[in-house]
Amino acid sequence: MASLHGSTLEAIKHNHAQLLVQWVAALEANGATRNIKEQTLSQETRDFLQLLIDVLQADSGNDIVSSDWDEARRFLERLSASRAQLGHDSHQAAYFIFALKRPLFSLLQTHFSDDPARLAEQLWLISELLDTLGMHTIRTFQKTREAVIKRQQEELLELSTPVVKLWDGVLALPLIGTLDSQRSQTVMESLLQRIVDTGSEIAIIDITGVPTVDTLVAQHLLKTVTAIRLMGADCIISGVRPQIAQTIVHLGLDLGTLTTKANLADALKLALKRLGVNLGEQV
Amino acid sequence: MSGEHSGSLPVRIEQDVVLARQLARKLASDCGMRLVDLTKLVTAVSELARNTVVYGGGGDMDWQVLEEAGRTGVRLLFRDEGPGIADLKLALTDGWTSGNGLGLGLTGARRLVDEFELDTVPGEGTRVTITRWI
Amino acid sequence: MERIPILRMGEFLLVTIQVDMHDKLAMRLQDDLTDRISATSARGVLLDISALDMVDSFIGRMIADIASLSRLMDARVMVVGMQPAVAITLVELGLTLPGVSTALDVERGMQRLSQHVRRP
Repeated sequence: MASLHGSTLEAIKHNHAQLLVQWVAALEANGATRNIKEQTLSQETRDFLQLLIDVLQADSGNDIVSSDWDEARRFLERLSASRAQLGHDSHQAAYFIFALKRPLFSLLQTHFSDDPARLAEQLWLISELLDTLGMHTIRTFQKTREAVIKRQQEELLELSTPVVKLWDGVLALPLIGTLDSQRSQTVMESLLQRIVDTGSEIAIIDITGVPTVDTLVAQHLLKTVTAIRLMGADCIISGVRPQIAQTIVHLGLDLGTLTTKANLADALKLALKRLGVNLGEQV
Repeated sequence: MSGEHSGSLPVRIEQDVVLARQLARKLASDCGMRLVDLTKLVTAVSELARNTVVYGGGGDMDWQVLEEAGRTGVRLLFRDEGPGIADLKLALTDGWTSGNGLGLGLTGARRLVDEFELDTVPGEGTRVTITRWI
Repeated sequence: MERIPILRMGEFLLVTIQVDMHDKLAMRLQDDLTDRISATSARGVLLDISALDMVDSFIGRMIADIASLSRLMDARVMVVGMQPAVAITLVELGLTLPGVSTALDVERGMQRLSQHVRRP
C-alpha cells in the first residue's frame, strides 16, 4: 500500500497552527461544539493533531487496528464517551474527525498544485484514513450509548423486583403486573440469591398482582419452586388467580411439592408455623 | 482487541472434561456472561465433553468467542471420530441412554444453551455445536 | 490417590466437596462413603456442596445414588449449600433430585438431620 509522502507530513507540520484554526472553525460552523468550552476544544484538536502527526511520522500505515494507533484510538474512545455525556449524537461526535478533511485537503491542494497525480494519491490516502477514524468514533459512541441503555434497563428491572423480608427467615416477593419471560427470570434469580444472602428458610412468592401468565412464565415459576427446594429452602405461592391456576394445570406439571395459599397473610401464617413461631390467638 | 478468539482443546481422557469445563468458564466470564448463564454453559460443556470421551472414544473441543451484530457469545464444537449415533431421535429423548448415565446428557445440554446443532454419521463420528449468547 | 475427606461428627458424617470433581473421584466417594457408614453406624450424612460451582448429570446422579444407598443402610443424606445458579441449572437439566433432602447450610442441615433421627 502506498504511504503518505514525506512532504505531506512536512506540510502538515508546517501549517499546524493554520490547520487548527480552520478545523475549529469548521467544527463551530457545524454545531459540533455545543456545550464544549473553547479551551477544551482547542486542547482536544491540538492533542489529536499531534497524535496524528506522531503516528504518521512513525510511518505506521493506515491500519488503525494496529498497536501504533492505540493512543489515537483511545483518544477517540474517550472523546466519544465525553460527547455522549454532553448529549451529542453520533454524527456530532464523528464530525470531530470529518471536519478536519477540508482544511487538510486545501492544504494538500496548495502543496501539490504542480503534481496532480501525487495530489490525487495523497488525498485518497488521507481521506481513507480520516474515514476509518471517523467510523471508529461512531462505533465507540454507539457502544457507549448501548452500555448506558443496558444499565438503565437492568436498573429498571431491579426496581421492579423488590424482595422483602417479612420475618426472620421469611422472604416475600410480591409480584405486580404482567410478567414476561425476561422479567420473571431476573426476579426469580434475585429471590434465590437473597435466600442465600439472608439464610432465609422460607420464601413466599405472592402473585395476587399478576393478572395472567403465559405458559413460559408459569413453567418458570414452577422451576423456581424446585430450585428453591434444591437449595434447601421452602417456597409458598400465594394469591393464585383462577386463570393462572388453569394455565398451570394445562402444563400438566407435577404439583406434588407445590404449596399454595389463598393470600399473603395465610402464607405468612403457614411460614411462621413451620418456623415454630408462636404469635398467640389473635393472629 | 487483544488475545485469541478461537482455539482447540483435546478431549481424550476423563481429566480433560474438567479442563474443558474450566476453559469454558474462563471464556464465558471474560465475555462478562451472567453467573446463571455461565453455569448453564459450563454444565452443558461437561455433558458434551463426557460424551466425547465416553461414547466418542475421545476427540476435541474447538472454541470461539463470537462478536457479531452487537452481541457477544461463546461457541463450542465437540467433535469425535467415534461410532456416531445410530438413532438420533432416540438419543434426543429425555431419559434414554446407551451407557449407564441418566440419559440427560444430550437433551439436557440442548436445554442449557441458546443454539444446539448435532451432526452425526454412524461409523464416522459426531459433531455437536453449542452457542450461548450474552 | 486423590480422595474427598469424610469427617465424623457424632452420629453424622460430613463430606465437604471442594474440588472440581472428575468422574472417578465421584465414584470413589460413593464407595468410601458407604464403607464409612457401615463402619461407624452413622445415622446421617451431610453432603456440603456449597463450593461446587457446577453439578452436571453425572454428579447429580452420584448425589441421588448416595442418597438411596445411604437410606438402605439406615442413614439419611442431607445435601446442603447448593448455589442458586447450580440449582437453576439442575432444574433446567431436568434433574430435580426427588427424595433427596436439602438444607441451606451445614448448621441447618445438622438440625434437620437431628430432628429426623429423633423422630420414632
